[in-house]
Amino acid sequence: MPTTLTVNGTAHRVDLPEDVPLLWVLRDALTLTGTKYGCGVAACGACTVHIDGEAVRACQVALGDVWGEVTTIEGLGTPESLSRLQQAWVDHQVAQCGYCQSGQILQAAALLAETPRPSDAEIDAAMSGNLCRCGTYPRIRAAIRSAAGMEG
Amino acid sequence: MASLGKIARRTFLFGSAAIAGGVALGVWYLKAPAPNPLKPAEGETSLSPFVLIDGSGVTLIAPRAEMGQGVHTTWAALIAEELDLAWEQVRVIHGPPATAYYNAALMAENAPGPAYGKSAFQHAVGKAMGTLGKPLKMQVTGGSTAMKDGFERMRAAGAAAREMLKTAAAQRLGVDVARLRTENGAVIAPDGTVLPYADLAAEAAGIAPREVVLRDPSDWKLLGRALPRLDMVAKTTGTAQYAIDMRPEGLRFAALRMSPRRGAMLSFDATQAQAMPGVEKIVDLGDGVAVIASNTWLAMQAVNAIDADWGPAPYPETSEAIMAEIAAAFDNTPDSTLRDEGDADTLPAGATEVTAEYRVPFLAHATMEPLNATAKISAEGLEIWSGNQLPTFVRRACAEEAGLDETRVTVHTTLMGGGFGRRGELDFSVLATRVAMALPGTPVMTTWSREEDMTQDFYRPAAIGRMRGAVRDGTAVLLDAAVAGPSTARPALKRWMGFAPPGPDQVHVEGLWNQPYAIPNIRARGYIAADLQVPVGFWRSVGNSYNGFIHESFMDEMAHAAGADPLAFRLALARKAWGPAAACLEAVREMSGWPDKPQGTGRGVALCFSFGTPAACVVEVADEDGAIRLTRAWIAADVGVALDPGILDQQLVGGLVYGLSAAMMGEITFADGRAEQQNFPDYDALRMGQMPVVETRILQTQRWISGIGEPGTPPAAPALANALFDLTGERHRTLPLNRSVSFV
Repeated sequence: MPTTLTVNGTAHRVDLPEDVPLLWVLRDALTLTGTKYGCGVAACGACTVHIDGEAVRACQVALGDVWGEVTTIEGLGTPESLSRLQQAWVDHQVAQCGYCQSGQILQAAALLAETPRPSDAEIDAAMSGNLCRCGTYPRIRAAIRSAAGMEG
Repeated sequence: MASLGKIARRTFLFGSAAIAGGVALGVWYLKAPAPNPLKPAEGETSLSPFVLIDGSGVTLIAPRAEMGQGVHTTWAALIAEELDLAWEQVRVIHGPPATAYYNAALMAENAPGPAYGKSAFQHAVGKAMGTLGKPLKMQVTGGSTAMKDGFERMRAAGAAAREMLKTAAAQRLGVDVARLRTENGAVIAPDGTVLPYADLAAEAAGIAPREVVLRDPSDWKLLGRALPRLDMVAKTTGTAQYAIDMRPEGLRFAALRMSPRRGAMLSFDATQAQAMPGVEKIVDLGDGVAVIASNTWLAMQAVNAIDADWGPAPYPETSEAIMAEIAAAFDNTPDSTLRDEGDADTLPAGATEVTAEYRVPFLAHATMEPLNATAKISAEGLEIWSGNQLPTFVRRACAEEAGLDETRVTVHTTLMGGGFGRRGELDFSVLATRVAMALPGTPVMTTWSREEDMTQDFYRPAAIGRMRGAVRDGTAVLLDAAVAGPSTARPALKRWMGFAPPGPDQVHVEGLWNQPYAIPNIRARGYIAADLQVPVGFWRSVGNSYNGFIHESFMDEMAHAAGADPLAFRLALARKAWGPAAACLEAVREMSGWPDKPQGTGRGVALCFSFGTPAACVVEVADEDGAIRLTRAWIAADVGVALDPGILDQQLVGGLVYGLSAAMMGEITFADGRAEQQNFPDYDALRMGQMPVVETRILQTQRWISGIGEPGTPPAAPALANALFDLTGERHRTLPLNRSVSFV
């Protein structure tokens, strides 16, 4: 039986078994490929999305368990209309390979929604579940601080 | 193929001549190096293999793997600088596989003699050897070569296109070409009329490129500045397209399992998998099995439900046995003795002998984007989408797999979610082809689970270093270095080209034999564990990744044995060998305030010369309630010419973090012939909360431009281990460090 799912404000009917993780619903059924597969075990954060504003690992949420509206990187902003946080990412030239950055940005967005002016320790605590193999952490930190209106 | 001597003579005869204001390059240089692979569509014009113009503007071709290192941005900037494009106008694509895109710098690395402080003669020999890349169709991204390769050639490509466009405008306007200038993607007539390149392209295409003069760096508008990366907005909005994001019409999704012992598959039973949801087809891959399904996760579930019987591993079953085989290689005749100066056998009178043994493990690449590729086989041929570092070789290998002529194979090289050398392999593209052949007419994406990615890697090899040195009067008077391990280059080149060049394996000892220290009695020998069949491959900085640790840990031990400050000890030896290396040490000394340091911290230094670039690093650690925290790091490198300081900073930090991650916690071990680490929980990397504050500095004192993608990695491990010694007095000679150190 198809499941109904709201992603980035649009309702979708998905005809997949209910145990399929949200990650693979987004990527393979809805072609929202900005959400990335990295590990499948909630160890890297590349698949981070929001459900009702909360940052979650989409590889760990079964389709049948999605409890609210889903926001993916495509719903946060577009190349023509960047969100404030994405603009900070561009200003600080954060990305290298870029593969983890959708997850990093959504994790950071959830952090700032809850803690508008996070300390370095709060940034570390919120972001340490998001792995980056290119070593972009200093620029991520700078972009978060900049988006929070905290310079340097 | 022309003989090397012939190529060398030709290069010497026609080598570029520096003249006032720039470098003049003649027609011989500007001729397309091979047929132009671009097939312009209606309304498009190609002025060279690197410049494509249509009604909406100019597209530049950067035929190198963009795996995060920013190569597309700087490659495009080299062309745009001379072509006078405004940065906002620049568009860049990877383009098709082609001989025209061969890497002229990769082979040059094999020129004889120590590469640091290269003379003009050595540089010219290197360039001549680089031309071998063309007959070998070596379109390869690796060895930190892109800027060495493109620095002159791509500016020339931009200048040639500019002159063709100006000549076309001169002919149309009936004015002398000397009265025309170019800016913002247009030719400007004497009366100020603006002729956009798009309007001139068709006429320009028929004009032979003339001699051009490359601009003096003082006239550069784009190069030398931190430009906004061309891929940044896409990578910030989830719109960047990696191979795993390709969605050709009708796409199906596959997952696979290959032998965890890297040997044969004896049998399999897919009865249960066949009945699982979404499953469309089970594919016998010979040495593995794949499932094609309607969804990647369903395919992974099904392939994991297959009961397979795997044959034995073609190598010893345990890490202990593997390391014993590596140690036994020291009993062989050396594969190489690339350096033997003075008398390394005799302890100089009055000197103190120092000896040490170091061990490093196998390492996985663990790119963030797991390996994957998409293939479609149809009556038209084979189409393949793959994030790879060697598209001409991918085309050949996939053509062979499909039994097709290469001309019927189209390769789309996408952005890469990390490469680090792993995407310089053919396996994932070939296997995707094999899977897709089971479903003709339908594109099939084969995605490796993280577990497959990690257990089916071509690992950075384990190695053992045996070092013997002698110190006297506060300095090193003897260094006898030896390293043992399997060859990385021979099997890798065999996979690429079907053969491995004869002669000593330089890659195995790089970073050990060629370090910029003047030590009077010095020898470096490489020992190869030739029969060890653990699959190994190129891993960011390759041989330097382990030799850097071995060499620079030992330099530290010698400094302490000599009663010298570790940085001053190195600096005195580097000054006598090569100024730019010494300058890097001086830079980190100044940046870090060495030898002063905050109370309760330890600091370590390392200097590694790799890929033409010296890089010095200081790492600072502190004890935080019984756990070690990396507090700060300083790293300086000399690249000769700094084309984009922003990207150079990214690469130095990135290279350092990659090296630190491996040093702290990276280790692939084997039991029952299987890699024991499966996923990030047991093969982790540095996290944000562990990240030290890093300061970088780029120097431009050396004579030739050099690479930056890898040189930040080798000094990371020794600088950290040396810092731990400084803090705790305990010397760490085995990696990873978390075997004996608890990190924050």
